[in-house]
Amino acid sequence: MTTAAPAKTEYEVIIGLETHCQLSTQTKIFSPSSTQFDVENPNRHIDPVCMGMPGVLPVLNQQVLEYAVKAGLALNCQIAPYSKFDRKQYFYPDLPKNYQISQYDLPIAEHGWLEIELADKQGEVTHKRIGITRLHMEEDAGKLVHAGSDRLAGSAYSLVDFNRAGVPLIEIVSEPDLRSGKEAAEYAQELRRIVRYLGVSDGNMQEGSLRCDVNISVRPMGQKEFGVKVEIKNMNSFNAIQRAIDYEIERQIEAIESGEPIIQETRLWEEGAQRTISMRSKEGSSDYRYFPEPDIPPIEVSPKQLEAWRCELPELPAEKRVKYEDKFKLSAYDARVLTDDRTVAEYFEATVAEKASPKLAANWVMGDIAAYVNNQKGADPEFNIYSTALTPKALAELIKLIEANTISNKIAKDILPELLTKGGSAKALVKSKGLSQISDPAAIEAIIDEVLAAHPDELAKYRSGKKKLQGFFVGQVMKQTNGQADPKLTNQLLGKKLNQPT
Amino acid sequence: MIDLDQVRKVAHLARLELTPDEETQFTTQLGSILEYFEQLSELDTENVEPTTRAIDMSNVTRPDELEIFSGRENILDCAPEREDDYFKVPKIL
Repeated sequence: MTTAAPAKTEYEVIIGLETHCQLSTQTKIFSPSSTQFDVENPNRHIDPVCMGMPGVLPVLNQQVLEYAVKAGLALNCQIAPYSKFDRKQYFYPDLPKNYQISQYDLPIAEHGWLEIELADKQGEVTHKRIGITRLHMEEDAGKLVHAGSDRLAGSAYSLVDFNRAGVPLIEIVSEPDLRSGKEAAEYAQELRRIVRYLGVSDGNMQEGSLRCDVNISVRPMGQKEFGVKVEIKNMNSFNAIQRAIDYEIERQIEAIESGEPIIQETRLWEEGAQRTISMRSKEGSSDYRYFPEPDIPPIEVSPKQLEAWRCELPELPAEKRVKYEDKFKLSAYDARVLTDDRTVAEYFEATVAEKASPKLAANWVMGDIAAYVNNQKGADPEFNIYSTALTPKALAELIKLIEANTISNKIAKDILPELLTKGGSAKALVKSKGLSQISDPAAIEAIIDEVLAAHPDELAKYRSGKKKLQGFFVGQVMKQTNGQADPKLTNQLLGKKLNQPT
Repeated sequence: MIDLDQVRKVAHLARLELTPDEETQFTTQLGSILEYFEQLSELDTENVEPTTRAIDMSNVTRPDELEIFSGRENILDCAPEREDDYFKVPKIL
């Protein structure tokens, strides 16, 4: 009998995400109160419907249906021609009716997918398709504010704010196709890009407009049965999603290896301590006792309506990434950065449409202009690239001036702040300030002669072998011309003059 | 049909406290109700589309237009306890 040392067990991680995404409607899903995020004014945006008063009738917001269908289409889902709402029963003080109106067995959209792009450390890009099981519409619950936590235990109570109760959500459930924290974070980011491109949600994680719950299980490679599934909640950034998952993978593997059971439960991510903690054992889904919502008639989406909504979809980030690489010959990295935000992508495309070189346009949009916009965002969160005074047309003009050698890159950078704040034409500004690059060899030669005559000592040193002094002379020529001499031509002419026999 | 354990479970899920007598009573009563409904399964529904409602109606929606409800104070006052503009409830952990 031979005994081999046990090989280190390899594990397979299986992750699925449930994402709740708040729709950017003006009013609630079943009543006309405002959906405004308003923590300063608790219970300001309430009404008898969202508060579940007896005898009221919820009526579906048409915009919610349109947004949900558009999100479903963008996620390559099949849209249900016939769909309905159901009541999901549970008791919690944030739920005024003791049930949530949701969709159970006939969701508005099913069987979709989205593609994520993964870049490794070498910048090598791979693509992976993640299945979308379903997307359904539902109402949000209120918010509990835990008061008196610093008092003696027992004297504490909770306060409830129902401003958020009845705010429209779509819940998007992924297939268990994700295999790492990084993939999950990438999936969530792509989802956010898509809903933002569609304009159906602001995707703001800090305000809770985008919330991800993660289901995760671990099993030894090759094992047929799935491991016990644990749910983690409370991550409010993409980075936190990635770290919470990586932590949970480690925790579950350690538990398996030390023979501890993994309990089916919900765990909370603690951002401060960078760990997950147990919250509660999970109830089986049958405990929600779903039944069809009798107050809301079913939803039918006609083929004609579906086509009309499909035609209104914008070009999505994944399509833009392909276009930027194939048509504009940009790197995968540039394509990714430019398409992250729809306004930036549209600004970039408008600049290219004005015949600017795509590579130069990309550099300007991602570099100096992005830095300026980010800076302005600090004071005004609504500020975007279109809020600058620089139009895509003026940017294209600036780029064409560089390409034509009329101005140097440096001069362009110098005048950019004025174009960003005051606007106007780049050409006109260059002309009015007399900033055109000096590209006339005779003019540059004349300046070189002046400079050489003014610095006989340096000239002598150069000619006796201190070749590094060429930089000094270039600097002098630039100083004389306020930086307007064509740098390449200056170097060339200067080299000739410095080395000509005396 | 339905047994005592199922009645206890449903009562628990609905947060109802039942006495042992009530548990027995409801087990019998719920049993008869379910039995009564069971008669429906005698019908041949092979070619009948399932439905959850008797009235043929769909797509009742409203436009996304804001209407501020003026009686929010009345709603807050309905609560057994309030603190300023909040509803006050026992602490839930």
